[in-house]
This record gives sequence, structure tokens and C-alpha cells, in this order.
Amino acid sequence: MPIDWVNGLIGGLLIGCAGAIYLLMSGKVMGASGILSKFAENPNKEFLNERGFFLIGLICFPAFLNILGLLSNAITAQTNLTNSLPILIISGLLVGVGTRLAKGCTSGHGVCGISRFSPRGIIATVVFVCVGVATVAIFRQILGII
Amino acid sequence: MQKIIAFTVGGLFGVGLYISQMTNTLKVQGWLDVFGEWDPTLTFVMGGAIIPMVVAWWVADKRTKSFLGENLPPPAKTEINKPLIVGSICFGAGWGLSGLCPGPAIASLSFGGLSGIIFFISMLTGMLAVSRLTNKDNY
Repeated sequence: MPIDWVNGLIGGLLIGCAGAIYLLMSGKVMGASGILSKFAENPNKEFLNERGFFLIGLICFPAFLNILGLLSNAITAQTNLTNSLPILIISGLLVGVGTRLAKGCTSGHGVCGISRFSPRGIIATVVFVCVGVATVAIFRQILGII
Repeated sequence: MQKIIAFTVGGLFGVGLYISQMTNTLKVQGWLDVFGEWDPTLTFVMGGAIIPMVVAWWVADKRTKSFLGENLPPPAKTEINKPLIVGSICFGAGWGLSGLCPGPAIASLSFGGLSGIIFFISMLTGMLAVSRLTNKDNY
């Protein structure tokens, strides 16, 4: 579907612009896992700190787009996430533990790290992409679970 | 001011994830499914995101402070250690199983239903468990 790659490219450019603004204005690296975990670790100081505002924006803007989509009977977002409780819990834990140990996820290591030619970012991305490919190959192609 | 920027950046990031369909786990798993029916979308998302960031780093490297006078990030660390590799392996496995990474997991909270919330809580639990166990901030 040709429209998908166009939307992908536009969406990607927006993501990159978001990261560029954060870097050049606030001097910070835009990493979703780091922002979320540090926000959660530090709730007693100031609840609505900068990270809190980042997260509110990240939740509210897509919510708004989704409502617009619903109102105009156009597209609504589908996450198509599994309903399997064990898979949800295990994969959630793996993502949470993994991104904290590696200190980065797709946004921090992938987008911000690769664009900086950071060796850590590049190696982390190569590893999590290869493991992701292997996981889908095993659980979808061989076992047929996902 | 920093809060307004953070809100805007988070919002733009969310809109980008939404438009590019990275909140749709089938698109992400489709990209990882190189031995099945491969979906190239994520390549364009990643490429599109890296382009403005390359420029941003190039500009940042020529400056000592951000445009609002904030400190810029320290030089990228080069140490390839065990937590980086082990963590990325765990993350890759969870990403492949679910099709969600942290950004889209947060961005889809409003429309991801109960499954999205269960995934989010599990992810946050994992994050906080690591912070509790390592108990030191060497970021």
C-alpha cells in the first residue's frame, strides 16, 4: 500500500522534528523510556514537571486525533494488540526491564542515537531489531502464537 | 517555557507515531516479520525521523548551549557494556512479542483498551524494578 510509506515518512519526519526541538531548545535527548521511568521514579518532588508535560502531550495529541477521526467517521486507530494476558505481561516486563538496563529504546537509541552516530545507540538498535526479528520469526512463523 | 516545549515535543512525537501507524502493533510486527509478509513502513518512519535529528545534532555540535541557554547533552558514551546488550535483547524480545515499544505504548493509552493498559503497567513495573534493584543513577 503506497499510502502507508508516505504516512510513515511524514510521521517519521514529525518524530524527528520533535526530537530536534527538544535537543536544540531544551538540550535534552528525546527518549520515551527514560522520560517515563524518570517521571515515575520521582513523583514526590513535583508532579507536573517537564517530563509530566511531555507525557501529557504524548497521550493527549493522539487522543485528540483519534476523536477527530471518530467524529468524521474516517479512520480510527487500531492498536491490534494481543488479548493474551501472559503475552501482555511478559512482553511488557521485557520492554520495561530491557529499556532500563540498556538505557534507551527505539526513540533514544534508535532515532536520537543513530543520528548522532553513537556506538551505543547503533549497537543497541542492531541488537533489539535482530532479536525482534528472531522473536517474530519464532513466535509467528514457527509457533504461530502471535 | 520548558514545560510548554516538553508538552509540544511530546505532542508532536505522539502525532508522528499516530500518523505513521507505529501505534498499530501489526505494522511493527509486520516490519519485524522479514521471513513472512514484510511491511516496509517502519523503515520510512525511522529514516524520516533520523533526517531532522542528524541536522539537529550537527547544529548542536557547533554550540555550547541550547537556543534557550540550557546545557546540551554530554558527548555520547562509547562503552559497550553487558547491561546495554542484555537490555537490548530483552527489549527486542518484548517488542517482537507485543509490537509495542515505550513511545507508542504511551501514545496509544487513550485508545488501546484494556490490553494497552495491562501492557503499560507491566512495562512500568519492569522499569521501576530495574531502577529499584540497581538503585543508582549512573545515567
